[in-house]
Amino acid sequence: MLNARGLACRRGRRTLFRGLDMQLRPGSVTWLRGTNGSGKTSLMRILAGLSAATEGVLQWCDGAGGQLIYIGHSNALKDDLTLVEALAFLARLQGLDDADARAHRALGLLGLASRREQPVRTLSQGQRRRGALARLALDDELPRPWILDEPYDALDRDSMATLSRLIEAHAARGGMVLLTSHQSVDLAGAAEFDLEPWRCA
Amino acid sequence: MRGLLWAVTQRDLLLARRRRVEALLPLGFFVVAAGLFPIAIGPEPNTLKLIGPGVAWVCALLAAMLSVTQMFASDHHDGSLEQMLLAAERLEWLVLGKVLAHWLSSGVPLVLASPLIGVLFDMQAQAIATLALSLLLGTPVLSLLGAVGAALTLGLRSGASLVFLLVLPLTVPTLIFGTGAVGAVDAGLSPQAHLSLQGALLLLTLLGAPLAAAAALRISLD
Repeated sequence: MLNARGLACRRGRRTLFRGLDMQLRPGSVTWLRGTNGSGKTSLMRILAGLSAATEGVLQWCDGAGGQLIYIGHSNALKDDLTLVEALAFLARLQGLDDADARAHRALGLLGLASRREQPVRTLSQGQRRRGALARLALDDELPRPWILDEPYDALDRDSMATLSRLIEAHAARGGMVLLTSHQSVDLAGAAEFDLEPWRCA
Repeated sequence: MRGLLWAVTQRDLLLARRRRVEALLPLGFFVVAAGLFPIAIGPEPNTLKLIGPGVAWVCALLAAMLSVTQMFASDHHDGSLEQMLLAAERLEWLVLGKVLAHWLSSGVPLVLASPLIGVLFDMQAQAIATLALSLLLGTPVLSLLGAVGAALTLGLRSGASLVFLLVLPLTVPTLIFGTGAVGAVDAGLSPQAHLSLQGALLLLTLLGAPLAAAAALRISLD
Protein backbone atom coordinates (compact mmCIF):
# COMPACT_ATOMS: atom_id res chain seq x y z
CA MET A 1 0.00 0.00 0.00
CA LEU A 2 1.17 3.50 -0.80
CA ASN A 3 0.69 6.27 1.68
CA ALA A 4 1.68 9.82 0.81
CA ARG A 5 1.12 12.78 3.08
CA GLY A 6 1.66 16.47 2.47
CA LEU A 7 3.57 16.08 -0.78
CA ALA A 8 4.76 19.24 -2.47
CA CYS A 9 6.62 19.60 -5.72
CA ARG A 10 8.54 22.58 -7.01
CA ARG A 11 9.89 22.80 -10.53
CA GLY A 12 12.18 25.78 -10.98
CA ARG A 13 10.47 28.67 -9.20
CA ARG A 14 6.96 27.33 -9.60
CA THR A 15 5.27 25.19 -7.01
CA LEU A 16 3.09 22.69 -8.85
CA PHE A 17 1.15 21.27 -5.91
CA ARG A 18 1.32 21.38 -2.16
CA GLY A 19 -0.10 19.40 0.76
CA LEU A 20 -1.13 16.49 -1.42
CA ASP A 21 -2.42 13.41 0.41
CA MET A 22 -2.80 10.16 -1.44
CA GLN A 23 -3.49 6.58 -0.54
CA LEU A 24 -3.35 3.71 -2.97
CA ARG A 25 -4.46 0.24 -1.92
CA PRO A 26 -3.47 -3.11 -3.39
CA GLY A 27 -5.89 -4.12 -6.12
CA SER A 28 -6.93 -0.55 -6.89
CA VAL A 29 -6.80 1.22 -10.25
CA THR A 30 -6.41 4.98 -10.01
CA TRP A 31 -6.78 7.38 -12.90
CA LEU A 32 -4.74 10.48 -12.12
CA ARG A 33 -6.31 13.56 -13.67
CA GLY A 34 -5.25 17.14 -14.14
CA THR A 35 -4.68 19.72 -16.85
CA ASN A 36 -1.45 20.01 -18.80
CA GLY A 37 1.39 21.16 -16.57
CA SER A 38 -0.48 20.40 -13.36
CA GLY A 39 2.27 18.04 -12.22
CA LYS A 40 0.95 14.57 -13.09
CA THR A 41 4.28 13.37 -14.42
CA SER A 42 6.16 15.03 -11.56
CA LEU A 43 3.91 13.31 -9.02
CA MET A 44 4.40 9.96 -10.71
CA ARG A 45 8.18 10.39 -10.73
CA ILE A 46 8.09 11.24 -7.04
CA LEU A 47 5.97 8.18 -6.25
CA ALA A 48 8.28 5.99 -8.34
CA GLY A 49 11.26 7.31 -6.41
CA LEU A 50 12.92 8.93 -9.40
CA SER A 51 12.81 12.41 -7.96
CA ALA A 52 12.49 13.74 -4.45
CA ALA A 53 9.46 15.62 -3.19
CA THR A 54 10.09 19.17 -1.98
CA GLU A 55 8.04 18.44 1.13
CA GLY A 56 6.05 15.55 2.53
CA VAL A 57 6.40 11.89 3.42
CA LEU A 58 6.08 8.91 1.17
CA GLN A 59 5.60 5.41 2.52
CA TRP A 60 5.38 2.13 0.70
CA CYS A 61 3.94 -0.29 3.25
CA ASP A 62 4.29 -4.11 3.20
CA GLY A 63 6.86 -4.37 0.38
CA ALA A 64 5.32 -7.61 -0.88
CA GLY A 65 4.75 -5.95 -4.23
CA GLY A 66 8.47 -5.76 -4.88
CA GLN A 67 10.17 -3.21 -7.02
CA LEU A 68 7.63 -1.19 -8.98
CA ILE A 69 7.21 -0.85 -12.71
CA TYR A 70 7.28 2.69 -14.06
CA ILE A 71 6.58 3.35 -17.71
CA GLY A 72 7.10 7.00 -18.56
CA HIS A 73 6.86 9.01 -21.75
CA SER A 74 9.99 7.42 -23.16
CA ASN A 75 9.81 3.77 -24.04
CA ALA A 76 13.25 2.73 -22.75
CA LEU A 77 13.81 0.52 -25.81
CA LYS A 78 17.22 0.78 -27.46
CA ASP A 79 17.03 1.73 -31.15
CA ASP A 80 19.80 -0.64 -32.20
CA LEU A 81 18.50 -3.74 -30.45
CA THR A 82 15.78 -5.96 -31.81
CA LEU A 83 12.45 -5.65 -30.04
CA VAL A 84 12.87 -8.95 -28.21
CA GLU A 85 16.42 -8.10 -27.10
CA ALA A 86 15.34 -4.71 -25.80
CA LEU A 87 12.42 -6.19 -23.87
CA ALA A 88 14.49 -9.08 -22.51
CA PHE A 89 16.99 -6.58 -21.11
CA LEU A 90 14.19 -4.76 -19.27
CA ALA A 91 12.96 -8.12 -17.96
CA ARG A 92 16.47 -8.89 -16.70
CA LEU A 93 16.57 -5.51 -14.97
CA GLN A 94 13.33 -6.47 -13.30
CA GLY A 95 15.15 -9.50 -11.94
CA LEU A 96 13.18 -12.08 -13.92
CA ASP A 97 14.85 -15.31 -14.95
CA ASP A 98 14.31 -16.82 -18.37
CA ALA A 99 14.02 -13.30 -19.75
CA ASP A 100 14.16 -14.19 -23.45
CA ALA A 101 11.28 -16.70 -23.32
CA ARG A 102 9.17 -14.29 -21.30
CA ALA A 103 9.86 -11.47 -23.76
CA HIS A 104 8.84 -13.70 -26.66
CA ARG A 105 5.55 -14.58 -25.00
CA ALA A 106 4.80 -11.00 -23.95
CA LEU A 107 5.34 -9.64 -27.45
CA GLY A 108 3.00 -12.30 -28.82
CA LEU A 109 0.35 -11.16 -26.38
CA LEU A 110 0.66 -7.54 -27.53
CA GLY A 111 0.35 -8.56 -31.20
CA LEU A 112 4.01 -7.93 -32.01
CA ALA A 113 5.01 -11.55 -32.69
CA SER A 114 5.96 -10.80 -36.31
CA ARG A 115 8.09 -7.77 -35.32
CA ARG A 116 10.14 -9.55 -32.66
CA GLU A 117 13.40 -9.68 -34.61
CA GLN A 118 13.15 -6.20 -36.08
CA PRO A 119 15.38 -3.41 -34.77
CA VAL A 120 13.39 -0.99 -32.62
CA ARG A 121 14.57 1.83 -34.92
CA THR A 122 12.41 0.50 -37.77
CA LEU A 123 9.17 0.33 -35.78
CA SER A 124 6.36 2.87 -35.74
CA GLN A 125 5.55 5.00 -32.72
CA GLY A 126 2.56 2.84 -31.79
CA GLN A 127 4.53 -0.38 -32.15
CA ARG A 128 7.28 0.94 -29.89
CA ARG A 129 4.71 1.93 -27.32
CA ARG A 130 3.23 -1.54 -27.46
CA GLY A 131 6.74 -2.96 -27.09
CA ALA A 132 7.27 -0.89 -23.96
CA LEU A 133 3.91 -1.95 -22.56
CA ALA A 134 4.77 -5.60 -23.19
CA ARG A 135 6.68 -5.29 -19.91
CA LEU A 136 3.31 -5.52 -18.24
CA ALA A 137 2.75 -8.93 -19.81
CA LEU A 138 6.02 -10.55 -18.74
CA ASP A 139 4.23 -13.02 -16.47
CA ASP A 140 5.63 -11.54 -13.34
CA GLU A 141 4.82 -13.62 -10.26
CA LEU A 142 4.89 -10.56 -8.00
CA PRO A 143 1.95 -8.14 -7.97
CA ARG A 144 4.25 -5.15 -8.37
CA PRO A 145 2.79 -1.65 -8.30
CA TRP A 146 2.41 -0.19 -11.80
CA ILE A 147 2.89 3.51 -12.47
CA LEU A 148 1.97 4.26 -16.07
CA ASP A 149 2.35 7.71 -17.61
CA GLU A 150 0.02 8.06 -20.62
CA PRO A 151 0.09 4.36 -21.48
CA TYR A 152 -2.74 4.74 -24.01
CA ASP A 153 -0.77 7.24 -26.10
CA ALA A 154 -0.27 6.26 -29.75
CA LEU A 155 -2.17 2.97 -29.35
CA ASP A 156 -4.83 1.72 -31.75
CA ARG A 157 -8.20 0.56 -30.49
CA ASP A 158 -7.33 -3.13 -30.21
CA SER A 159 -4.16 -2.45 -28.27
CA MET A 160 -6.05 -0.11 -25.96
CA ALA A 161 -8.46 -2.92 -25.17
CA THR A 162 -5.56 -5.32 -24.58
CA LEU A 163 -3.94 -2.85 -22.20
CA SER A 164 -7.18 -2.34 -20.31
CA ARG A 165 -7.51 -6.12 -19.91
CA LEU A 166 -3.94 -6.34 -18.60
CA ILE A 167 -4.61 -3.59 -16.07
CA GLU A 168 -7.85 -5.18 -14.88
CA ALA A 169 -6.22 -8.59 -14.55
CA HIS A 170 -3.36 -7.05 -12.58
CA ALA A 171 -5.76 -5.33 -10.20
CA ALA A 172 -7.66 -8.59 -9.76
CA ARG A 173 -4.40 -10.23 -8.69
CA GLY A 174 -3.99 -7.58 -6.02
CA GLY A 175 -1.64 -5.30 -7.92
CA MET A 176 -1.90 -1.53 -7.67
CA VAL A 177 -2.15 0.62 -10.79
CA LEU A 178 -1.78 4.38 -11.12
CA LEU A 179 -2.14 5.84 -14.58
CA THR A 180 -2.72 9.06 -16.47
CA SER A 181 -4.58 9.37 -19.73
CA HIS A 182 -5.96 12.21 -21.80
CA GLN A 183 -8.50 9.94 -23.41
CA SER A 184 -11.28 8.62 -21.25
CA VAL A 185 -10.37 5.17 -20.03
CA ASP A 186 -12.69 2.22 -20.01
CA LEU A 187 -11.57 0.41 -16.89
CA ALA A 188 -13.84 -1.46 -14.52
CA GLY A 189 -13.61 -0.10 -11.00
CA ALA A 190 -11.15 2.69 -11.75
CA ALA A 191 -11.14 5.53 -9.22
CA GLU A 192 -10.40 9.06 -10.32
CA PHE A 193 -7.91 11.22 -8.49
CA ASP A 194 -7.95 14.87 -9.45
CA LEU A 195 -4.87 17.03 -8.86
CA GLU A 196 -6.89 20.27 -9.06
CA PRO A 197 -7.52 20.80 -5.31
CA TRP A 198 -3.79 20.80 -4.51
CA ARG A 199 -2.64 22.95 -7.36
CA CYS A 200 -0.82 26.15 -6.65
CA ALA A 201 -1.46 29.10 -8.90
CA MET B 1 23.12 -7.35 -8.03
CA ARG B 2 26.01 -8.86 -9.96
CA GLY B 3 23.42 -10.06 -12.45
CA LEU B 4 22.65 -6.43 -13.19
CA LEU B 5 26.32 -5.72 -13.89
CA TRP B 6 26.51 -8.54 -16.45
CA ALA B 7 23.18 -7.65 -18.02
CA VAL B 8 24.34 -4.06 -18.57
CA THR B 9 27.80 -5.07 -19.81
CA GLN B 10 26.39 -7.63 -22.23
CA ARG B 11 23.86 -5.19 -23.59
CA ASP B 12 26.43 -2.43 -24.08
CA LEU B 13 28.82 -4.79 -25.85
CA LEU B 14 25.97 -5.92 -28.10
CA LEU B 15 25.18 -2.27 -28.85
CA ALA B 16 28.85 -1.62 -29.63
CA ARG B 17 28.80 -4.57 -32.05
CA ARG B 18 25.73 -3.14 -33.76
CA ARG B 19 27.41 0.24 -34.19
CA ARG B 20 30.85 -0.96 -35.13
CA VAL B 21 32.00 2.24 -36.83
CA GLU B 22 31.16 4.32 -33.79
CA ALA B 23 32.83 1.80 -31.48
CA LEU B 24 36.05 1.73 -33.51
CA LEU B 25 36.30 5.51 -33.81
CA PRO B 26 38.57 5.94 -30.74
CA LEU B 27 40.95 3.31 -32.12
CA GLY B 28 41.06 5.08 -35.49
CA PHE B 29 41.71 8.40 -33.78
CA PHE B 30 44.50 6.87 -31.69
CA VAL B 31 46.36 5.40 -34.67
CA VAL B 32 45.89 8.39 -36.98
CA ALA B 33 46.71 11.08 -34.40
CA ALA B 34 49.83 9.27 -33.15
CA GLY B 35 50.83 8.57 -36.76
CA LEU B 36 50.82 12.29 -37.58
CA PHE B 37 53.69 13.05 -35.22
CA PRO B 38 56.50 11.29 -37.14
CA ILE B 39 55.28 13.02 -40.29
CA ALA B 40 55.19 16.45 -38.65
CA ILE B 41 58.42 16.20 -36.68
CA GLY B 42 60.59 14.38 -39.19
CA PRO B 43 62.19 10.96 -39.30
CA GLU B 44 65.03 11.59 -36.83
CA PRO B 45 65.07 8.23 -34.89
CA ASN B 46 66.40 9.62 -31.61
CA THR B 47 63.77 12.36 -31.42
CA LEU B 48 61.02 9.88 -32.25
CA LYS B 49 62.23 7.43 -29.62
CA LEU B 50 62.21 10.23 -27.09
CA ILE B 51 58.66 11.46 -27.76
CA GLY B 52 57.15 8.03 -28.59
CA PRO B 53 55.80 7.02 -25.16
CA GLY B 54 54.42 10.51 -24.44
CA VAL B 55 52.68 10.78 -27.79
CA ALA B 56 51.20 7.28 -27.48
CA TRP B 57 49.89 8.02 -24.00
CA VAL B 58 48.41 11.44 -24.79
CA CYS B 59 46.71 10.12 -27.91
CA ALA B 60 45.31 7.15 -25.97
CA LEU B 61 44.03 9.52 -23.33
CA LEU B 62 42.27 11.75 -25.85
CA ALA B 63 40.89 8.72 -27.71
CA ALA B 64 39.42 7.31 -24.49
CA MET B 65 37.85 10.69 -23.66
CA LEU B 66 36.28 10.88 -27.13
CA SER B 67 33.97 7.96 -26.50
CA VAL B 68 33.48 8.26 -22.76
CA THR B 69 31.58 11.55 -22.95
CA GLN B 70 28.59 9.70 -24.41
CA MET B 71 28.61 6.86 -21.88
CA PHE B 72 25.24 7.72 -20.32
CA ALA B 73 23.82 10.15 -22.89
CA SER B 74 21.95 7.72 -25.13
CA ASP B 75 20.54 5.78 -22.17
CA HIS B 76 19.40 9.08 -20.67
CA HIS B 77 17.81 10.12 -23.94
CA ASP B 78 15.70 7.01 -24.50
CA GLY B 79 14.68 6.43 -20.89
CA SER B 80 16.78 3.29 -20.28
CA LEU B 81 18.77 5.07 -17.58
CA GLU B 82 15.61 5.74 -15.56
CA GLN B 83 14.71 2.07 -15.73
CA MET B 84 18.20 1.07 -14.61
CA LEU B 85 18.01 3.55 -11.78
CA LEU B 86 14.71 2.02 -10.63
CA ALA B 87 16.07 -1.50 -10.89
CA ALA B 88 19.39 -0.95 -9.16
CA GLU B 89 19.51 -0.92 -5.41
CA ARG B 90 23.20 -0.15 -5.75
CA LEU B 91 23.72 2.11 -8.71
CA GLU B 92 27.47 1.51 -8.43
CA TRP B 93 27.09 -1.93 -10.03
CA LEU B 94 25.36 -0.35 -12.97
CA VAL B 95 28.19 2.18 -13.36
CA LEU B 96 30.75 -0.63 -13.13
CA GLY B 97 28.88 -2.60 -15.79
CA LYS B 98 28.90 0.34 -18.17
CA VAL B 99 32.56 1.12 -17.43
CA LEU B 100 33.53 -2.51 -18.04
CA ALA B 101 31.74 -2.49 -21.39
CA HIS B 102 33.37 0.82 -22.33
CA TRP B 103 36.82 -0.44 -21.44
CA LEU B 104 36.37 -3.72 -23.32
CA SER B 105 35.08 -1.99 -26.43
CA SER B 106 37.37 1.04 -26.57
CA GLY B 107 40.18 0.64 -24.02
CA VAL B 108 41.37 -2.86 -24.92
CA PRO B 109 41.69 -2.03 -28.66
CA LEU B 110 44.00 0.86 -27.70
CA VAL B 111 46.21 -1.52 -25.70
CA LEU B 112 46.30 -3.97 -28.60
CA ALA B 113 47.16 -1.25 -31.11
CA SER B 114 49.89 0.33 -28.99
CA PRO B 115 52.72 -1.97 -30.26
CA LEU B 116 52.00 -0.61 -33.73
CA ILE B 117 52.58 2.94 -32.46
CA GLY B 118 55.74 1.71 -30.71
CA VAL B 119 57.11 0.38 -34.00
CA LEU B 120 56.17 3.65 -35.70
CA PHE B 121 58.35 5.53 -33.20
CA ASP B 122 61.22 3.07 -33.46
CA MET B 123 60.90 1.95 -29.84
CA GLN B 124 62.69 -1.17 -28.57
CA ALA B 125 60.80 -4.38 -27.92
CA GLN B 126 61.03 -4.08 -24.16
CA ALA B 127 59.85 -0.47 -24.20
CA ILE B 128 56.92 -1.46 -26.43
CA ALA B 129 55.92 -4.22 -24.03
CA THR B 130 56.09 -1.78 -21.10
CA LEU B 131 54.00 0.76 -23.04
CA ALA B 132 51.30 -1.85 -23.66
CA LEU B 133 51.40 -2.95 -20.03
CA SER B 134 51.14 0.62 -18.73
CA LEU B 135 48.19 1.23 -21.05
CA LEU B 136 46.58 -1.98 -19.83
CA LEU B 137 46.72 -0.58 -16.29
CA GLY B 138 45.92 2.99 -17.33
CA THR B 139 42.98 2.70 -19.72
CA PRO B 140 40.55 1.35 -17.07
CA VAL B 141 41.40 4.42 -14.98
CA LEU B 142 40.49 6.61 -17.95
CA SER B 143 37.15 4.81 -18.40
CA LEU B 144 36.36 5.12 -14.69
CA LEU B 145 37.22 8.81 -14.45
CA GLY B 146 35.40 9.44 -17.71
CA ALA B 147 32.28 7.84 -16.25
CA VAL B 148 32.33 10.35 -13.40
CA GLY B 149 32.66 13.23 -15.85
CA ALA B 150 29.93 11.86 -18.12
CA ALA B 151 27.57 11.39 -15.16
CA LEU B 152 28.24 14.90 -13.87
CA THR B 153 27.54 16.56 -17.20
CA LEU B 154 24.52 14.42 -18.12
CA GLY B 155 21.85 16.48 -19.83
CA LEU B 156 24.02 19.56 -20.27
CA ARG B 157 24.19 20.99 -23.75
CA SER B 158 27.96 21.36 -23.98
CA GLY B 159 28.54 18.27 -21.88
CA ALA B 160 31.18 16.66 -24.08
CA SER B 161 33.67 19.53 -23.91
CA LEU B 162 33.03 19.93 -20.19
CA VAL B 163 33.96 16.29 -19.64
CA PHE B 164 37.32 16.98 -21.28
CA LEU B 165 37.95 19.93 -18.96
CA LEU B 166 36.80 18.08 -15.85
CA VAL B 167 38.48 14.76 -16.42
CA LEU B 168 41.76 15.52 -18.18
CA PRO B 169 43.40 17.13 -15.11
CA LEU B 170 42.46 14.07 -13.06
CA THR B 171 44.21 11.78 -15.51
CA VAL B 172 47.58 13.49 -15.03
CA PRO B 173 48.92 11.04 -12.37
CA THR B 174 48.26 7.97 -14.49
CA LEU B 175 49.79 9.77 -17.48
CA ILE B 176 52.94 10.55 -15.49
CA PHE B 177 53.42 7.00 -14.23
CA GLY B 178 52.50 5.49 -17.60
CA THR B 179 55.09 7.43 -19.55
CA GLY B 180 57.50 7.18 -16.60
CA ALA B 181 57.44 3.38 -16.83
CA VAL B 182 58.51 3.45 -20.48
CA GLY B 183 61.10 6.13 -19.70
CA ALA B 184 62.58 3.92 -16.99
CA VAL B 185 62.99 1.03 -19.43
CA ASP B 186 64.72 3.34 -21.91
CA ALA B 187 67.11 4.44 -19.16
CA GLY B 188 67.89 0.82 -18.37
CA LEU B 189 65.99 0.79 -15.08
CA SER B 190 63.15 -1.39 -13.88
CA PRO B 191 59.66 -0.03 -14.63
CA GLN B 192 58.22 -1.87 -11.66
CA ALA B 193 57.85 1.13 -9.34
CA HIS B 194 55.89 3.10 -11.93
CA LEU B 195 53.70 0.15 -12.81
CA SER B 196 52.98 -0.59 -9.15
CA LEU B 197 51.91 3.00 -8.62
CA GLN B 198 49.69 2.74 -11.68
CA GLY B 199 48.13 -0.40 -10.23
CA ALA B 200 47.52 1.44 -6.97
CA LEU B 201 45.89 4.31 -8.88
CA LEU B 202 43.66 1.80 -10.65
CA LEU B 203 42.54 0.25 -7.36
CA LEU B 204 41.89 3.66 -5.83
CA THR B 205 39.83 4.81 -8.83
CA LEU B 206 37.99 1.49 -8.90
CA LEU B 207 36.85 2.12 -5.34
CA GLY B 208 36.04 5.81 -5.63
CA ALA B 209 34.82 6.49 -9.15
CA PRO B 210 31.70 4.25 -9.17
CA LEU B 211 30.50 5.87 -5.95
CA ALA B 212 31.02 9.35 -7.35
CA ALA B 213 29.44 8.53 -10.70
CA ALA B 214 26.41 6.91 -9.03
CA ALA B 215 25.86 9.97 -6.84
CA ALA B 216 26.19 12.26 -9.86
CA LEU B 217 23.66 10.16 -11.81
CA ARG B 218 21.12 10.40 -9.03
CA ILE B 219 21.45 14.18 -8.99
CA SER B 220 21.28 14.48 -12.78
CA LEU B 221 18.08 12.47 -13.02
CA ASP B 222 16.19 14.19 -10.22
